[in-house]
Amino acid sequence: MRWDNFSKFLVMVVGIVVAFAFFAKPLFSTVKQGLDLQGGTHVVLQAVETPDAKVDDDAMNRSVKIIERRVNELGLTEPVIQRQGKDRIIVELPGVKDPEKAIAMLGRTALLEFRNMEGKTVMTGKDLKDSKAVAEQNGQAVVTLDFTAEGGQKFADLTMKNVGKQIAILLDGEVLTAPVVNEPITGGKAQISGSKNMEDAEHLAILLRSGSLPVKLEVMENRTVGPTLGQDSKDKSVKAFGIGLAGIFLFMLLYYRASGFVADIALLLYTLILLAIMKALNATLTLPGIAGIILSIGMAVDANVLIFERFKEEVLAGRTMRSALDAGFSRAFVTIFDSNVTTLMAAAVLFYLGTGPIRGFAITLALGVLVSMFTAISVTRYILRFLVTSNICKNPSFLGARAPHSNEEVAK
Amino acid sequence: MKKFSIVKHAKIFCSVSAIFILIGIVSMITRGFNLGIDFTGGSILDLKFDKAVTTTQVRDVLKDHKLGNSIIQLGTSGSSTKESQSVLIRTGVINDENRREVMTDLGSKLGTFQTLRVENVGATVGGELVRQAALAVVLSWLLMIIYITIRFEFKFAIAAIIALIIDVMVTLSTFSLLQLELDSTFVAALLTVVGYSVNGTIVIFDRIRENLKIHRRSESIGDMVDNSIWQCMTRSVYTSLSTLFAVVAIFLFGGETIHNFSFAMLVGFTSGFYTSTFIAGSLWIFFKNKGKVSTKVAVKAKKA
Repeated sequence: MRWDNFSKFLVMVVGIVVAFAFFAKPLFSTVKQGLDLQGGTHVVLQAVETPDAKVDDDAMNRSVKIIERRVNELGLTEPVIQRQGKDRIIVELPGVKDPEKAIAMLGRTALLEFRNMEGKTVMTGKDLKDSKAVAEQNGQAVVTLDFTAEGGQKFADLTMKNVGKQIAILLDGEVLTAPVVNEPITGGKAQISGSKNMEDAEHLAILLRSGSLPVKLEVMENRTVGPTLGQDSKDKSVKAFGIGLAGIFLFMLLYYRASGFVADIALLLYTLILLAIMKALNATLTLPGIAGIILSIGMAVDANVLIFERFKEEVLAGRTMRSALDAGFSRAFVTIFDSNVTTLMAAAVLFYLGTGPIRGFAITLALGVLVSMFTAISVTRYILRFLVTSNICKNPSFLGARAPHSNEEVAK
Repeated sequence: MKKFSIVKHAKIFCSVSAIFILIGIVSMITRGFNLGIDFTGGSILDLKFDKAVTTTQVRDVLKDHKLGNSIIQLGTSGSSTKESQSVLIRTGVINDENRREVMTDLGSKLGTFQTLRVENVGATVGGELVRQAALAVVLSWLLMIIYITIRFEFKFAIAAIIALIIDVMVTLSTFSLLQLELDSTFVAALLTVVGYSVNGTIVIFDRIRENLKIHRRSESIGDMVDNSIWQCMTRSVYTSLSTLFAVVAIFLFGGETIHNFSFAMLVGFTSGFYTSTFIAGSLWIFFKNKGKVSTKVAVKAKKA
């Protein structure tokens, strides 16, 4: 027996278990959770009829679309946007840091106007194609305006006629900026300076590119609510998930003994790394995301089953434990690699093209598969090798395999 | 002991899936799907109870009216997340009479409450999301076909995609037949099924690819595929059993609102095991032979 290798084995196992015991829970509770798992802010917007804007079905549906765009642009994961009754819109936002600011933004009409000296509106937000927040070289945040072809023409016209005079850009009737025109601007582009900081500029750009609301919306109600899954359902499901995982752990241990034990340790490490990455990426965990995790755990377990079954075959074919282990890993690797890469590619497509739940699923799946390729293959192999080379037990059944001609061995 | 030949019984295995899917398609056409609140909208009830209640209590009352999978959220202005006086309930489409019954029942069982608002609400998942999801999924399949074609060959790719389409159809069929509610989480469950199915199929195909290299002429392709599948059998069974165990646990012990989510996975994973073990290999042989036949025909045509 080689104590040096065995102690390396022990150190790694104990290290992972201790790290898991200490960090798993705090990590899990700090990863952002979505509306379905944690709840968020429930806002009710009420449309108000004004002389120039009638509240009708069409206006409400258009408003829902615009609100949807605004919320998505804020980068919030899987919000709920829903029409309520005739003239209200429910918006539910998952844990926003600064709900007041976000809410204030949702209800803004965001009517952009360009006026000439005489105060006549020459063009509006409809002439905009795109708007972005950018930082100038001096650190000043500005909002760029990119006009449509028609809008560019109008703007060229406006500036041409007003050289040396002042024009005004207004948002919801308030003057954003009132520059003096030095020369005609014909490039179809302009910019608005004067934002306090980058965040403000970003918000203004979002408002401008999402378009102006066809009706006036007022925030009628705003409160925090629990998870849409229901607290009861969530609590039960967390337990159920735990039972499911415990079953997998037990299964690996019973069928593959020491190898299964090492695979279980690798799964603990997998959980830690996945949570840490999600936290680092500031990703939001939702139920579809959990589906992605379930699939990637399934694939991680499958990877270990594949490796250990190969190992068994190699031992049966008469190899020594150590060489059977290496052969098992390298032969199973091709299989695991192909199935994982296929999954990764699919996840990438879903991430880029999908929205909401599809995206939530794709991101955890991709991360899960990447992490599991590391833990289920490399880490398991590394730890197992220390265990095997420590010669603590020469009987392959210790690693869940059957020795060839076991009767002869007993006879010896 | 001679092992049971999966390839020789391919017709039976394929028929089982085909018949199931056919029945499913008939059901999809005649009865369609039972779309959930996310797709249909429904009613919102905003209540303020005199005494704090829990979601479990509210759900128990709703269950008696077959509304157990409603969205129930507590207002969490207070310190506790477990119970609250303010409750927001979103049910599927119900008529006024049903709604009155539910509200009377809530009052008699959980104490008096004030009704802050009762209104109809629209869908949260539009056709656009579904279309976009479908497009993303189809594109991801195309990419899978390309990758499998590069690493294996085109016939493997087509067989793998057909196998996963079977699994998707079986899951959809089951939901239409049992008229189980489809909600937005169903999409994620279906995607999981696709991933699981492809993984299982690739494991089998990888073994076939490996055995193809050491394949002797004396052994028929069918026997080789049979051997490959049987060599993977322990792995297939172990992996399926352990993942199914986890999904069954979530199905049995998980909350009301994720019942259909876990059930979709349960059905899809079972079908995934079935198709990759009993159908995928035979599908590959089918396409392989078909290719041969057509080249033979081509050769004959040239000679003539």
